[in-house]
Amino acid sequence: MKPPPFTYHAPRDLREALDLLAEVDGKVLAGGQSLIPLLNMRLAAPAHVVDVNRLPGLSGIEAGPGGVTVGALARQAEVARAGVHPLLGQALRLVAHPVIRNRGTVVGSLVHADPAAELPAVLAVLGGSVRLARRAPGGSSGPAAGRGGSPSPGAVPGGSPGPVVREVAADAFFAGPLESAAEPGELAVSAFFPALPPRSGSAFEELARRHGDYALAGVCAVVTLDEDLHVAAARVACVGVGPVPVVADVSEACGRRPAATVPWEAVVAAVRRAVEPEDDIHASAAYRLHLVGVLAERALREAAARAAAPP
Amino acid sequence: MEHEITLVVNGTARRARVPGRRLLSDCLRHDLGLTGTHVGCEHGVCGCCTVLLDGEPVRSCLTLAVTVDGREITTVEGLAGPEGLSPVQRAFEECHALQCGFCTPGFLCTVTALLRDNPAPAEDEVLEGISGNLCRCTGYQNIVKAVHRAAELLAEERQPSTGEAP
Amino acid sequence: MSTRLFGEPVRRREDRRLLTGQGRYVDDLGPDALAAAFVRSPHAHARIRDIDVSAALDVEGLVAVYTWEDLPDRVGRPLPLLIPHPALTHGRTAYPLARDVVRHVGEPVVMVVAADRYLAEDACALIHVDYEPLKPVVGLEEAAHGARLVHDDVPGNVGARLLQEVPGHDGRSARKAIEEAPHTLAFRLDIERSASMPLEGRGVHARWDGTDLRVHSSTQTSTSVRMAVAAALGLPLPHVEVIAPDVGGGFGVKIVHPWPEEILVPWAAMTLGREVKWTEDRREHFISSAHERAQVQYVRVGFDDDGRVLGLDVTILHDHGAYTPYGIIVPIITSTQLLGPYKIGAYRVEFSSIYTNTVQVTPYRGAGRPQGVFCMERTMDKIARHLGKDRTEVRRANFIEPDEFPYDQGMIFQDGRPLIYDSGDYPRMLAMLKELIGWDAFERRPGRGIGVGCYVEGTGVGPYEGGHVQVTSDGRVHVSTGLTSQGQGHETAFAQIAATELGVPIERISVVTGDTRRFGYAVGTFASRAAVVSGNAIALACRKVRAKALRIAADALEADPADLEITDGTVHVVGTPSASIPLATVAVLANPLRYAFDEEAARATQFAGASSPDRPPVAEGDEPGLEGRDYYSPIRSTFAAGMHAAIVETDPLTAEVRVVRYAVIHDCGRLVNPMIVEGQIHGGVAQGVGGALYERMVYDGDGQLLNASFMDFLMPYATEIPRIETGHLETPSPLNPLGVKGAGEAGVIPVSAVIASAVEDAEGFPVDRMPISPSELFDLRRRHAGD
Repeated sequence: MKPPPFTYHAPRDLREALDLLAEVDGKVLAGGQSLIPLLNMRLAAPAHVVDVNRLPGLSGIEAGPGGVTVGALARQAEVARAGVHPLLGQALRLVAHPVIRNRGTVVGSLVHADPAAELPAVLAVLGGSVRLARRAPGGSSGPAAGRGGSPSPGAVPGGSPGPVVREVAADAFFAGPLESAAEPGELAVSAFFPALPPRSGSAFEELARRHGDYALAGVCAVVTLDEDLHVAAARVACVGVGPVPVVADVSEACGRRPAATVPWEAVVAAVRRAVEPEDDIHASAAYRLHLVGVLAERALREAAARAAAPP
Repeated sequence: MEHEITLVVNGTARRARVPGRRLLSDCLRHDLGLTGTHVGCEHGVCGCCTVLLDGEPVRSCLTLAVTVDGREITTVEGLAGPEGLSPVQRAFEECHALQCGFCTPGFLCTVTALLRDNPAPAEDEVLEGISGNLCRCTGYQNIVKAVHRAAELLAEERQPSTGEAP
Repeated sequence: MSTRLFGEPVRRREDRRLLTGQGRYVDDLGPDALAAAFVRSPHAHARIRDIDVSAALDVEGLVAVYTWEDLPDRVGRPLPLLIPHPALTHGRTAYPLARDVVRHVGEPVVMVVAADRYLAEDACALIHVDYEPLKPVVGLEEAAHGARLVHDDVPGNVGARLLQEVPGHDGRSARKAIEEAPHTLAFRLDIERSASMPLEGRGVHARWDGTDLRVHSSTQTSTSVRMAVAAALGLPLPHVEVIAPDVGGGFGVKIVHPWPEEILVPWAAMTLGREVKWTEDRREHFISSAHERAQVQYVRVGFDDDGRVLGLDVTILHDHGAYTPYGIIVPIITSTQLLGPYKIGAYRVEFSSIYTNTVQVTPYRGAGRPQGVFCMERTMDKIARHLGKDRTEVRRANFIEPDEFPYDQGMIFQDGRPLIYDSGDYPRMLAMLKELIGWDAFERRPGRGIGVGCYVEGTGVGPYEGGHVQVTSDGRVHVSTGLTSQGQGHETAFAQIAATELGVPIERISVVTGDTRRFGYAVGTFASRAAVVSGNAIALACRKVRAKALRIAADALEADPADLEITDGTVHVVGTPSASIPLATVAVLANPLRYAFDEEAARATQFAGASSPDRPPVAEGDEPGLEGRDYYSPIRSTFAAGMHAAIVETDPLTAEVRVVRYAVIHDCGRLVNPMIVEGQIHGGVAQGVGGALYERMVYDGDGQLLNASFMDFLMPYATEIPRIETGHLETPSPLNPLGVKGAGEAGVIPVSAVIASAVEDAEGFPVDRMPISPSELFDLRRRHAGD
C-alpha cells in the first residue's frame, strides 16, 4: 500500500497553482486525509499532485455578520477551535477523530463530497457555497508544469489577468457520490457558511458504528422560531441516505406552532420521503430509513430547543 | 524525481532525498532510521503511525514527507527527556498499558499532545482523545488508566517540589 | 530484596524498549534489504491462462520477478499440511505461488523483488495475469450442497467429517436420550467470520551469506519455521536460524507456517545473494492470511424438569476457506470444548469441514471455543426459558461438582489425548460471578438485560517446551526458551519464575524467546500454553541449576547441600549468613579453566586448587558450567475456566447495543503475574466484544471481501469497549510443578454467548446469530413484532 508514482508540485502562490492545474491533469493535495488513503490503496493514480499547502492566504477563518468564510487550508481542528459557527462546531466534533481533524481541511472535505460526510450536509442545510478559482483564459504564465516544487519564474508577469472565480451554491456543488462541481483546472479556495438567522438553533445527530466512523445516517437541522417562539422555518440535511446530502425543508410539516406541539410523526414522514437510502454491509436500507427519521426528530427538537434558549 | 527536504526531527535537522510520493512514515522509518514510528494500516485508521507535527498529532502515513519540508516532528524516540522516560511513558509502564507495543508509539504521541492541551481530562475526554488509535492487545482499560495516571504525574511535575504528595 | 516474585504484579521488563521506540520488529530490520511484493489474485476462483511480466521489466529498481514456473522443485511444492488427521480425508494446501488455479481473492501469483516497496508495487501493477474466471463457491450452505467445487477432486467440498459420540451412563445414545427426554428443543445457530488482525502484519526478512541462512519472521513459532524452511530449501538444519524478534501481536494467525512468503523470501535471498524483506500490508493481511469463526450449528437437546441435559446432538458446518494447512484443529476444539463445565448425559457431535473460495481458516484466539461456547450457552439459556427457570440455576444443575475431578468427558481432545479436566470449582465460580455482577438484584426492564456465559478451556497442550538456564561468572542468569512472544510479557513472567526458583534478583535475569540460535527445540506459542509448558520447563531447568549450584557451593563451604539456600544471588548456610558464596563464584568454580580471562576466573584455573587432584576436574556425568536444560512435556492439557456476565442496554429507537457492565471470574490456576493475566483478560474480552458487536468478514457472491480495510472491518476503539471488572479464583493444576493453567485466550471465549444472552434478555426474543449490528437487531425486532 504505497502511492503510485506522480509528479509532485508545490506551488508558492495561487497563480502558480492555478497555472499548474490548468496545464496538468493533477489532483489537489491539501489536508490529504481523503486523498492519501486513496493513493496508498492505488485507487487513485494521478499523474500530478499539486500540493497547495504552501499557498499564502488560504488558511483564513473569517466570521462576518452574514456568515463565515473558511479558507482552503483551514484545518478542521482550527475551525472547530475558532468557534465561529454553531452548526460547524456541532458537525466537526463528529468528523473522524481529533488527529485526523488536525490535518483534514473543511474545504477538502466538501470537495471530496462523500455522501456520508458531515460537512457537505452542513453546507447544504445552510445554503452555503464554495468558491472555485481557475486561471483566466489566455492567462498562461509560462512553463509552470512539471517543475515540481520550484517557483515558476513566469508565474507573476505584470498585468496578466487575475483568476476567474465562481461561487457555486451547495445544491449545485454536490453532484453525486464523491463528485463535486469543481472541474479540472479549478481550485476550491474557500467555502462560505451562512450564519444562522436570529432566533435559530442547529443540531447534528448521527449514528456511526464506531465513534468517529462515517455515519450509517446523520441529520443536521436548523430551526428558526418567530417572535412567539413558533417554528417559522425548519430545514434538515441528511447524510448517508442518498448520493449527495439530502436537504428537506420541513417548515410546512412543522406547522407554525411551538416545538412542543409539532406533529413530529408527520415531520419525520416528510424527511423519510425525501431520502433514498441503500443497503450496504453495515446497514439495510430499511434500517437507514427508520434511523434517519429518528435522528431527524432528535436533531429538530434539539435545534428548536437551542433556538428558544440561545446560549 | 527526488526532492531534497529537511525535517527537524526530535530537535535535530535531518536531510533526506525523497520522491514526492514518499510517505512521512516511510521517510522517518527508512530514510532516517527512526523505526519507532510504526505502520499498521496505511489508510489512516489505526493510529500506529501518529507523530507530532509542530506539536500536533498527525497520521504520518497520510502525510507526504515533502509536504512537511522544514517543519518540526517529534516521534516516540523524542519523547523521553534527559532524565529518562516522560510522565506519559512512565504511566504506560506503571499501568501495564502496552502488550505487544506496536500501537504504543502512536498512543504515546497522541496522549502527550492531549495532556498538554488538557492537563486534567475527564473520562469522556480521555476516550475521545484516544479514540483514533487502535490497540488489539490491551482492551484499552489500562491505557485509559495510564492517561489519568500520566495527568497526575504531570501535575506533580508542575508542582514546586516540596517533597510532599500533593 | 525479595526474590519470591512468583505471583507478584512485577512491572514488565519489555516495556522500556517498547516505550522509547527501541523495539525491533521485522520491518525495523535490514534497512538495505530488497523489498518483495506480490501480485495477488483479484478473483475468488479462476484458472491462470497466462502471465505477462514484460511491462514490469522496465520499472526502475526492479530486481526479479518470479512465477510458480520459476520455482525449483522443492520450493514449488504445495505447502505442508501441518496437522494431519485421519478424518481429514481431503486435506488441501496451496502452492507458494499459484500454479494453475487460484482459489481465493488474495492468493499469491507472482513475486516481485525490487529496490524498495514502492517500486515493487509499481512492478506488480504492470504485470498482466490472464485469468479464466470460474464460478466461485461462497457461503457455507451453498458450499455444503456441493453443486460447484472449490477443488475438483474434493467431492461435496467436504475436507473432513468427524463424528464423536459419548453415550450416557445408562448406555443410551444421545439421539435416543433426546427422543426419550421429557423436554426437547431444536434450533440453528450462526457465527460469522472474524480474524486475529494483529496491528503488525506478517513479515519476513532473510539474509544468506553463502553458507548460512538467517531468517527473521513475525511468527508464533520460530523453531517450526526453521524446520519448514530448511526442508523446503534443502538446507541442513544447523545452517538455518530463525528468529522471532518483537512481534506486534499474533492472536493465532502467526502460528500458521510456513507462509508462502516464509519460503519465498529466504529462497529469493539465496537466489539473489541479497537481503530480502517482505512486510505485509493491511490489505494483504485481510485477503492473504487467515480468518476464523464461521460456523453453522444445528442443535437438538433433551432435558429433564430441572434443566439437566440428558442428550445433546450437534451438527456443525465449519467453513475452512480454500485450504486446510492447519488441519481440522478448530472444529475439533469446537466439538470438544462445547461441553464446558457441564456433565452432559449423552453427546453426539458431528462436523463437516467445508471448502469455500475464501481466505483459509486457521485458529484465532479462542480457536473454535467461542463457537462451541456459543452453542452450549445458547442451549442453556433456551432450556431456562423453556422451563421458566433462572439461567444460572440451569447451569448450576449441570455443573461438574468440585469432588468429581479429574473428570473424564469421554472424548479425544485437540492434542490427541483424552479430554480429562484436571481441576476446577465451577459452583463457587458462578457464585462469585453472581455476586460481582449483582445477578439476583438485577432489575430487568425492556431495553435492559443481563447475560451469562461459562466456558472451560483446555490450555497448555504439549508436546513439550524446553528451557535453558545459564549462570555466568558475573552472576547474571540467562534464560532461554524456544517458544515466541507477541506481547504476553514472557520475558517478565519467565524471569519471575527463574528469580523465584533460583533466589536471584530479577534484575540479574535476562530472558530470550523465539530465537533458534539460543534454543532449538520448541513447538510455539498458541493454546494458552506458554506459562504452562515453557514456564514449567524453565522452572525445572532452574531446579537443575540450583541443585548443581548447591553441590558446588557445598564443596566450597564444606557444608551439606541440604543446609544451603540461595537468596539474593548468594548461596549460604541456613542460619550462618557468614558462611556464603556468591552465585557468580559458584559459576566460576563450575567451569574448570586452564586460562584466566579475568581476576574472578583465576579462581577456577588449574593451580588455584579449586578441585581435588584425585578426581577429574569435570566429574563423570557432570558438565562444565553452571547451566541446565530441561523440558516439560505435559501428560495432557490443563483446563482453565471462566464465567462472564454482562449488562446491556438496547436503544428502543436506534437498536444500538451498549454494554453497561462486564464482569469476569477467571481461574487459570496459580497466577505468575496477576497484572499480566488481567491484561490478557482485558484484551481477550475486547476482542470478544469486537466479535459480538462489530467485526465480521463480509464476502459477496463473487467471493470478494467487501470490507478489507480498517474503515469497514470494525475493530473496536477505546470508545466501544466497556470497563471490565475481574475476580480470580485459583484452583492449582495438579498436573504440573507450578500449578499453572494458562490465560492467553480466556477473555475472548464466552463474549458472544454472554452478549447474545443479555440482548435476548433485554429484547425478549431469541438471538441466535452473532455478531449483531443495530441494523440486524432492528430487523429482528420487526420480525418478532410481526409474530
